[in-house]
Amino acid sequence: MNAPARTLFYKLWEAHQVLRREDGACLLWVDRHLVHEGSHHAFAKLAERGLPVAEPALTIGVVDHYAPTRNRDRIADPDIARMIRTLEENTARHGIRCFGMRDPRQGIVHVMGPEQGLTLPGLLINCGDSHTSTHGAFGALAFGIGATEVAHVLATQTIWQKRPKTMRITVTGKLGPSVTAKDLALSWIAELGADGARGHAIEYAGPVVRALSMEGRMTLCNLSIEGGARCGMVAPDDVTFAYIKGRPFAPAGTDWDMAVADWRALVSDEGAVFDREVTIDGAAIAPTVTWGTSPEEALPITASLPDPDRLDGARADQARAAMDYMGLTPGQRIEGTPVDQVFIGSCTNGRIEDLRMAAAVLAGRKAKVPGLVSPGSALIKAQAEQEGLDRIFTQAGLDWVDAGCSMCVGMNGDLVAPGKRCASSTNRNFKGRQGRGARTHLMSPAMVAAAAVTGTLSDVRPLLEGRV
Amino acid sequence: MIMAGWNIIDGRAVALPQDNIDTDQLIPARFMSVPRKDGYGPYLLHDLRFDAEGAPRPDMALNRHPEASILVTRRNFGSGSSREAAVYALVDFGIKAVVAPSFGDIFASNAVNNGLLPARLPEDLIEALIARLGDGDAAMTVDLNDCVIRIGNEVMPFDLDPVWRLKLINGWDDIDMTASHGREIAAFRANRVQHAPYAMLPHET
Repeated sequence: MNAPARTLFYKLWEAHQVLRREDGACLLWVDRHLVHEGSHHAFAKLAERGLPVAEPALTIGVVDHYAPTRNRDRIADPDIARMIRTLEENTARHGIRCFGMRDPRQGIVHVMGPEQGLTLPGLLINCGDSHTSTHGAFGALAFGIGATEVAHVLATQTIWQKRPKTMRITVTGKLGPSVTAKDLALSWIAELGADGARGHAIEYAGPVVRALSMEGRMTLCNLSIEGGARCGMVAPDDVTFAYIKGRPFAPAGTDWDMAVADWRALVSDEGAVFDREVTIDGAAIAPTVTWGTSPEEALPITASLPDPDRLDGARADQARAAMDYMGLTPGQRIEGTPVDQVFIGSCTNGRIEDLRMAAAVLAGRKAKVPGLVSPGSALIKAQAEQEGLDRIFTQAGLDWVDAGCSMCVGMNGDLVAPGKRCASSTNRNFKGRQGRGARTHLMSPAMVAAAAVTGTLSDVRPLLEGRV
Repeated sequence: MIMAGWNIIDGRAVALPQDNIDTDQLIPARFMSVPRKDGYGPYLLHDLRFDAEGAPRPDMALNRHPEASILVTRRNFGSGSSREAAVYALVDFGIKAVVAPSFGDIFASNAVNNGLLPARLPEDLIEALIARLGDGDAAMTVDLNDCVIRIGNEVMPFDLDPVWRLKLINGWDDIDMTASHGREIAAFRANRVQHAPYAMLPHET
């Protein structure tokens, strides 16, 4: 008799299960634990109990959330300087590798990990950050955790979890021109809701997902959390292996051959059963923007805002509150809404492909509004400069700055002023996310570039015609 | 810090009739560099509770009823960022239970790790509670023994994972629990080193 068909998720879970209690709680082994400045609570818990870090070699630190994007040699804000220093001290004390402020490999944790070959198929990856789902693009089991759990992983290199349900999102057909992984993600979240995948591990599949680059797959998996999923993943293939090969921490020689042989088995078996199946027509997806204060409030750029009077009780309240905060009116067309500024960057869309696409829109054009371009890592910054992308951005009138989480979360002081409207390649349009009273519209980097060029929310497709 | 377990809360409940109250709203990022010992209560829902000048908004439920210990709210509470500081802000303010149709997964897990109950109730019951509470507050009992909420003469069963129920009642700490599994972890590690050497990393030199 054949072994029962298993999902990719189940294979990853089983491969990391140290033990399963009778009540269903599982203790899982953690292969990579990434820590950033936010880990100070967890290190403090460890110190309180006098515990060492169990596996310093499998723990990796990086400065990103508070990283200044300008004038790094002289950090003016003492709180920011302290947050960065605390991470660097905590990692040094425990013998943990840290990509600190002066490291040429510094970058956003979910950009740096894959870039360094620390992220590999088949690994279980944890980080005290919800966008850890990004690493699932490699066929890894990767999910964000809170500070108490970070302390637990530091102390034991394991984590207690209950097994989530499984969900497969199959994207059929082919994406249209200038339509990206970001548009795909925003459109499924709009359809299923910001809690649509709650309690589930998502596997993305189908021809559209296969045709995505690793950058695109990372964007897609990154946004899994915005649909409420525990994690997102894509089965690894030759695109994955080509991306990883030769990276600093990737296996080499016979280890590489052995690894690839193992990784080829990381697919959902024919006939494997998912708790939920969703199919999306890739060809039907248009460039997508958010209009409200939750990622689920997203629309094709060609559409109009809903009318709260036509929604039921709680939904109507939500839509009214969102429109009030965003300064928009029921039924209005989203296209043509004037913006005050733009931002390109973040763990969602701060990779080289994202910068190339934005630059393709901006080349030879001027931005009508100010904006910030912050690459996802120092290495991406160097590569973009080698390709001349930085000059395209600066000649268009945008600021080209250092790598970090920057204006996605504003912890480093890169903020949107109250009431200002920002076209942003980031992941959250929550109230106050980019600064108190800031109005955020999420979209792809190409769409952000289009908003910069026109000064309004715009369809990027005509602007990219003949350019890519 | 070892948590104290609990079985029953007799407290005052208030309603926050909003969907998707994310952790950025529960504690705006700018307050997160403060050490916990100073207490996170003042930052809870800061930008909803206080206007741009820092004055309390009189129409905000938690300003009118600062003694509230039970929050009734709409779907997808605690979605977004994994920041445990969102739970610290609730706990330090005095909130012991949040009752909603659904929670962000990471938030719910963080809540239980800090003795805060994320109780799930069907949407229609939540809407009825919100209507009943209105702008005011009311006495409510949350009972972990039977997983029920009592308000007036009504008894409503809520959903809670049994693992989490025991953890809340006993105040269990995961690190202590895991310590008893040291041998299994060591054996797992040895097996990982042998069969997936590429999953390991050299120590920093």
